[in-house]
Amino acid sequence: MSAISIFFTALFYISLFVFLIGMARKIYQYWITPAPLKIPTAPTPLTQTGVVMRMAREVVLFESLFKSNKWTWLFGWLFHIGLLLVLVRHVRYFWPGDLPEIFLLIQPFKYAAFAMVIGLTGLMGRRIFVERIRYISAPSDYLMLILLLIIGVSGVVMTFTSNHTDVMMVKEFASGLIAFPWIGWSNLPTEVHFLTHIFLVFVLMAIFPISKLLHVPGVFFSPTRNQVDDSRKKRHISPWALKQEQEHAVRLEQTLGKDE
Amino acid sequence: MAAKEFDIPKLPTYIEIPEINEGVMKGDGPFKSVEEFQTPLGFPGEKVDNWQEVAIAKMGELKSKYRSVQVFLDACVKCGACTDKCHYFLGSSDPKNMPVARQDLFRSVYRRHFTFAGKYFPKLVGAKELDDDMLDDWYNYFHQCSQCRRCSVFCPYGIDTAEISMAAREVLDAVGVGQKYCNQILGKAITIGNNLGLPEPALRDTLLDLEEEIEEETGVAVKYPLDVKGAEILLITPSADFFAEPHIDGLIGYGKVFHQDGVNWTMSSYASEGANFGMFIGSYDVMRKAALRIRKAALDLEVSRVMVGECGHAWRVAYSFWNTLTGVGAGATDEFGLKLQNQLDSRYPQPQHIIEYTHDLIQRGKLEFDKSANDDRTVTFHDSCNVARATNMGGIPNGQFILPREVIKAVCNNYVDMERSTIMESTFCCGGGGGLLTDDLMEIRIKGAMPRMQALKEIEKTDGVDTLVAICAICKSQFSKVLPKFDFDPYMIVSAHQLVSEAIVMDKPQTEDSEAQDTAEEVTEQ
Repeated sequence: MSAISIFFTALFYISLFVFLIGMARKIYQYWITPAPLKIPTAPTPLTQTGVVMRMAREVVLFESLFKSNKWTWLFGWLFHIGLLLVLVRHVRYFWPGDLPEIFLLIQPFKYAAFAMVIGLTGLMGRRIFVERIRYISAPSDYLMLILLLIIGVSGVVMTFTSNHTDVMMVKEFASGLIAFPWIGWSNLPTEVHFLTHIFLVFVLMAIFPISKLLHVPGVFFSPTRNQVDDSRKKRHISPWALKQEQEHAVRLEQTLGKDE
Repeated sequence: MAAKEFDIPKLPTYIEIPEINEGVMKGDGPFKSVEEFQTPLGFPGEKVDNWQEVAIAKMGELKSKYRSVQVFLDACVKCGACTDKCHYFLGSSDPKNMPVARQDLFRSVYRRHFTFAGKYFPKLVGAKELDDDMLDDWYNYFHQCSQCRRCSVFCPYGIDTAEISMAAREVLDAVGVGQKYCNQILGKAITIGNNLGLPEPALRDTLLDLEEEIEEETGVAVKYPLDVKGAEILLITPSADFFAEPHIDGLIGYGKVFHQDGVNWTMSSYASEGANFGMFIGSYDVMRKAALRIRKAALDLEVSRVMVGECGHAWRVAYSFWNTLTGVGAGATDEFGLKLQNQLDSRYPQPQHIIEYTHDLIQRGKLEFDKSANDDRTVTFHDSCNVARATNMGGIPNGQFILPREVIKAVCNNYVDMERSTIMESTFCCGGGGGLLTDDLMEIRIKGAMPRMQALKEIEKTDGVDTLVAICAICKSQFSKVLPKFDFDPYMIVSAHQLVSEAIVMDKPQTEDSEAQDTAEEVTEQ
């Protein structure tokens, strides 16, 4: 294997490790942090099914964002749906051996790359030209968009211009990364478009758990969106509050006076 | 502190998103609390020496106790969806009143101290140190948030600035920089039993006066019972209902409804306050302390239902938090909670809102109204933020919007809603909620009222609306103050139960005189 292939192979595992460990830690943190009070925001679902439906609408359609701002919704949704379809299509590169016929169906998803790039461009435009959004933007907010834009544009360039990369070589490299015990690692193509593309994807993986990309797990843990509005039907109490009720009654009495 | 000169916003035909004006609302914030008010709540009397250390430790504690705080601090992508949703931003144009920018005051410190990126690349991610300037900004701008949660409705992740604002105020209290208005009031509420510091004899006198007044006016002996053991209903209402205008007319309305139903009800002198400012300052302990008084009153008076009067955040605390805090509802397992469960009438959801009660009586045909009594009015309803976005009524989806409107429509003929994007879950705050209802915050209160006033002005023009109904004590007080600033009649704000009171047909007592009179009338008719 070439030095550059070894470098990228190592980088993949490091990024993947950082991503998995980082995400697991954050998700665990969200999981164990209690939501001590019922705080769902209207319109509140009164049943668990209602919560599932609400969350589905939120995650699939970006319902709240739609209510809020049509342009941000349009660009944001285009970007996310584009990214999703493109990611699905990328499975072909990681698939060891011959592709099942089903992959013919996802072949057109390559055009989703345009949705992704248009969405990102729109979001960038808003960040630059809308005064309010410019005010709240930190350098990292621009960099994140630039990072995604370069990933998207480099992908588009490889797919739709004559700057094709050796797709079979990519497939050997990528499937080797995930199935190395059986098929071993391979070299990767070294065209600058491809290396840029893949390098930034690995960077994106690594910074996922330490950046605002935490909105991905975050939305599922958001108490204003994932709680059932049933506080009159059953008691909702967090472990710390219950413990405090039992153990700290005395301390509360000392500071705030006796209850009963 | 001399009152600052400021312009009262002009009301545009539609809400325009203002260009940002950095620093227009910068200032010292509301009056600061002093030792006398801090100590009873368990907060330091003055700014502690090692305040930075204490503050950062408190932030760490809060983010480990509240999932909301932890998730909301991480999840924001700065999409800007909330930037034009806050009434204080729309009214003041200070960018730090955009919800995300308000949160960022807190988030930037969180990033600096608790995140990898903020520790090693602070400039890159906008992480900042908690220095004197930052603390001043916290105090100032977290007291320009009424915790109305409008931003949360529009956030793709449901990020609720109220949660961050409560956390920030809790940190401020922990370092000894509290707000006088809230903390002074809380001291009275948890020692005397109400925000006004009204002791039992004064309360009893007030209620007696009210009874006399009503009897004189209507000839019906409507009672306002206090501390009646064994009553069926315990009414917990904001203490403003006892004194303030127009609140008291709402209290008259509750009394008349109870009277017509013939129910045995009472109020408590020990727990004579529906409001719970513990929520505003973000303190679970203080909020619980205030709520426990109500549980104790319910147990002592052996009532079978607990009911809440017209008060926005009180209903949030009651509906969403009481069961958690004190077991007023179902499922508590502690000794007093269990005792209460056994005592309360399980046929009714506990607690209940007075609107739910009146609505139920209307549905069952128990109340008779002369709607023409309100024919001189064209009415609209202001959804109070805490009721609208944090509670329910009637146990049906969106009941908190439906029930009050149905009650109002049952008692008056002319009802119009304001523009859809300014009501229901998208309602604009009155501008005075969340612990801001103090004269030292008048500038932000007036500016923050602009979006609501704008929507009101529009239907005043198109439909001749001359009456604004609210079911929140804070809204009522705030509107009384700010309405005239926008060329409205300050008396156009009324309680929902004031309209009920005006239209309700009271059964006259069947005395011998009146019977004789009735017979006489019948005879003459024949």
